[in-house]
Amino acid sequence: MADETDAPPAALILGATSDIGRAAAQQLAAAGYALQLAGRRADAVQRERDDLAVRTGQPVTMHVLDVTDSAAHAAFLEGLDPLPEVAVCVVGTMGDQAENERDPAKAAQVIAATYTAPAQLLGELANRFAARGHGTIVGVSSVAGDRGRATNYVYGSAKAGFTAFLSGLRNRFAGTGVHVATIKPGFVRTRMTEGLKLPGLLTASPDRVGRSIHEAVAKRRDVVYVLPVWRLVMLIIRAIPEPVFKRLRL
Amino acid sequence: MMLSGWGRYPVLDCRLHACPVPDAAEDAIAGATSLIARGNGRAYGDAALNPTHTLSMLGSDRFAGFDPETGVLTCEAGVMLSEILRVFVPRGWFPPVVPGTKLVTVGGMIAADVHGKNHHRDGSFGAHVTQLELATPDGVVTCSPDTNAELFAATIGGMGLTGVILRASFRLVPVETAYMMSETRAAGDLATAMALLAESDAWPYTVAWIDCLASAPARGRSLIHRGRHATHAELPRGRREAPRPVHDGKGVRVPFDMPGAALNGLTVRSFNAAYYARGRAASGGGPELVHYDPFFFPLDGILAWNRLYGRWGFVQYQCVLPDTASAAGLAALLDRIAAAGQGSFLAVLKRLGPGSGFLSFPIAGYTLALDFPVRAGTFALLDDLDTIVAQHGGRVYLAKDARTVPRRFAAGYPELDRFRRVRAQAGAAGRFESLLSRRLEV
Repeated sequence: MADETDAPPAALILGATSDIGRAAAQQLAAAGYALQLAGRRADAVQRERDDLAVRTGQPVTMHVLDVTDSAAHAAFLEGLDPLPEVAVCVVGTMGDQAENERDPAKAAQVIAATYTAPAQLLGELANRFAARGHGTIVGVSSVAGDRGRATNYVYGSAKAGFTAFLSGLRNRFAGTGVHVATIKPGFVRTRMTEGLKLPGLLTASPDRVGRSIHEAVAKRRDVVYVLPVWRLVMLIIRAIPEPVFKRLRL
Repeated sequence: MMLSGWGRYPVLDCRLHACPVPDAAEDAIAGATSLIARGNGRAYGDAALNPTHTLSMLGSDRFAGFDPETGVLTCEAGVMLSEILRVFVPRGWFPPVVPGTKLVTVGGMIAADVHGKNHHRDGSFGAHVTQLELATPDGVVTCSPDTNAELFAATIGGMGLTGVILRASFRLVPVETAYMMSETRAAGDLATAMALLAESDAWPYTVAWIDCLASAPARGRSLIHRGRHATHAELPRGRREAPRPVHDGKGVRVPFDMPGAALNGLTVRSFNAAYYARGRAASGGGPELVHYDPFFFPLDGILAWNRLYGRWGFVQYQCVLPDTASAAGLAALLDRIAAAGQGSFLAVLKRLGPGSGFLSFPIAGYTLALDFPVRAGTFALLDDLDTIVAQHGGRVYLAKDARTVPRRFAAGYPELDRFRRVRAQAGAAGRFESLLSRRLEV
C-alpha cells in the first residue's frame, strides 16, 4: 500500500497556457512534481493538461481561474488538493502602451492582471504555505520593472510593484520554510513577443526560462536574471542619472 | 516569404500563416479561397507551397492522449516524430513506421503516407493510423478505416489535398531497448542485391545503399543493411541499466552552401567506390548493436545537409516498379544514370509491400531513390527516367517530386479518379491546393 507521503509533491502553475508556464511545468514534472495547471480558458488549459499528462507521465489536474477575479481566489485555493509545494506565477499582460496611455481603463487592466491580482493571490498562498510550514513561490517578473521607460511604463510599473511585493514577501519569510524566488527573464521568444525584433544575445527561449525556474526552486535562489548579461545591463540602466535617463529613447 | 521544400527547388513567395491551435484551421479555411497545410517542410519539392495561403501546423504540436494498454497515441498534426521518440522511447514504445528523417510532423507523415525500412512487413505509416480528424470546408470530419473510409483512404497519402489534418491516432509498438541489431551484406551486382533483399524479408527492417554509378558487371552493386530491435538480454552489461537512451538532438550544421562544383561525377564516383569497398570489407559478420538514431536517421546528424548541393538546390528522384518489372526496369534506370555520370552519395534500393491510400506511393516491388543537384541536363535525365518508369508500370513519389508532368503522374496512379471523386465530394477540390497539385493537375 502506498503511503500518502509517497504521492509526488505538486507544483501549481498560474498562467499554465503561456509558453513560459508550459516550459516551467515540463521542467518541474521532469523533476518529479505532479502538476496543477491554472488558466483562464477551460479549453486551452485542458489542451495543456492532456499534453503534459502524456508528455510527462505525471498526474496533472486543471483549474479554471481568472486571476483578476479576486472573489474567486478563496474557492480556487480550497480546490487545490493537495496544497502545492511550489507555486509558479506567470500571470501578466503587456497590453499596448499607446492604448494604455489613451485609455485609463486599459491601463488599469494591465496593472490588475500584472500586479494587483497576482500579488493578492500569491499573498494568500504564502499565508497558507506559512501555516503549513513550507512551500516555494516563484514569481516571474520582468526587467521592465527595474526602471520605467516611455515605451512600456504601464506594464513596467506593474512589474516593479510585483518585484517589490515578492521582495517583501521573501524578507518576511526569511529563515522559515517558505521561500520566494523572483525570476526576470529579459526578452523571451514567446507568442507575447511574436513579431517584435529581439536582440539574439539578450533573448532567451521559454525552455531556458523553465530551467531557471526549476533551478530557483531546487537551489532556493532569490533573484534570478535568466540570462546573466541582463543583471549587468540593468545595473547600468539603473545607474544612469535621471536628468540623462529622461532624454534617452531606450 | 520565400518558401521551398527540403530540396530547395522550387522556391516560391508564399503567404505563411500560423495555426497555433487545431481549431484555428477552420477559421483559416473559411477565410481562404485556396490553401495548403505545411508541416516541417521535409517534402522535397512543391507539395507544401501555396502562394496565397500556406498554413504552418508547427504550433499545433500537443499530445492529446496515450493508452498504455493498446499503445494508441493521439496527438495534434504538428507534433514532430523526434518529439514522439524523445517522449516514448524511454517508456519502451517506438513509432510503427519511421521515414529517413525524424524531423517530420505527424500530419506530414500521413499526408505523404511515408514508408520506412519495415515497409515490406508492416506497411506505411497510414496503415497504423486508427483515426484522424480532418478540417474541411464543411467542418471537422472524423475518419478511420471504418467511418468515412473513402475520405480516410484519400487523406492517407493525399498530400494535404483533402483538407487540413488536425489530429491523428496511431499505434506505437513496444520495444525493450533503444538499440538495433544490424548487419550488412555486400552484393556485387543488381540481381544479387534484389535477391538478398527478397531473402531478407523476414528481417523487420531492410534497406540497400546502391552505387548508382557503377557500370556492368558491377552495375547495381549494393550494401544491404538489415536490422531489428535489440532485446534487453542482447545489450552488453554496461548498457542494461539504462537500455533506452534517446537521441541527443545535437548535430553538425552545414554552415553554408557548398560550391556547385564540389559535387560532380568524379567526387561522387570515388566516394561511392570507397564506400562500397569499406562496406564490403566490414560485411558478413554477425549483427552489431547500434542506436536507433544512426540506424534510422543517419542524415539527421548533418543538419541542413540539403546545403551540400549548393544554392541551386537539388531534386530527389524516387520511383517504385512492380515486382515483375523490377529487374529489367532497375537495370534500365541504372544504365541511364551511369551514362549521364550524374549520381548521388545517397542512393537507396528497397523492397516495398502494397500501399494504403488512393495516392499512396508504395506498391509491391522495388523502390529506387537518389538525388541530383539541379543543373543543366538534370531535368532531361529525369524525363528519361520517367519514361523508363512508365514503360515498366511504375510511379514516382509525390513527396519527393518537383518536376514530373500530369500525364506521367496520372498513368502511375490508377486510383487518381477515385481520389478526385472523394476530394470533390468533401468540397476539397479547388480549396486545398499546392504548387504540386496545380502542376500535376490533380
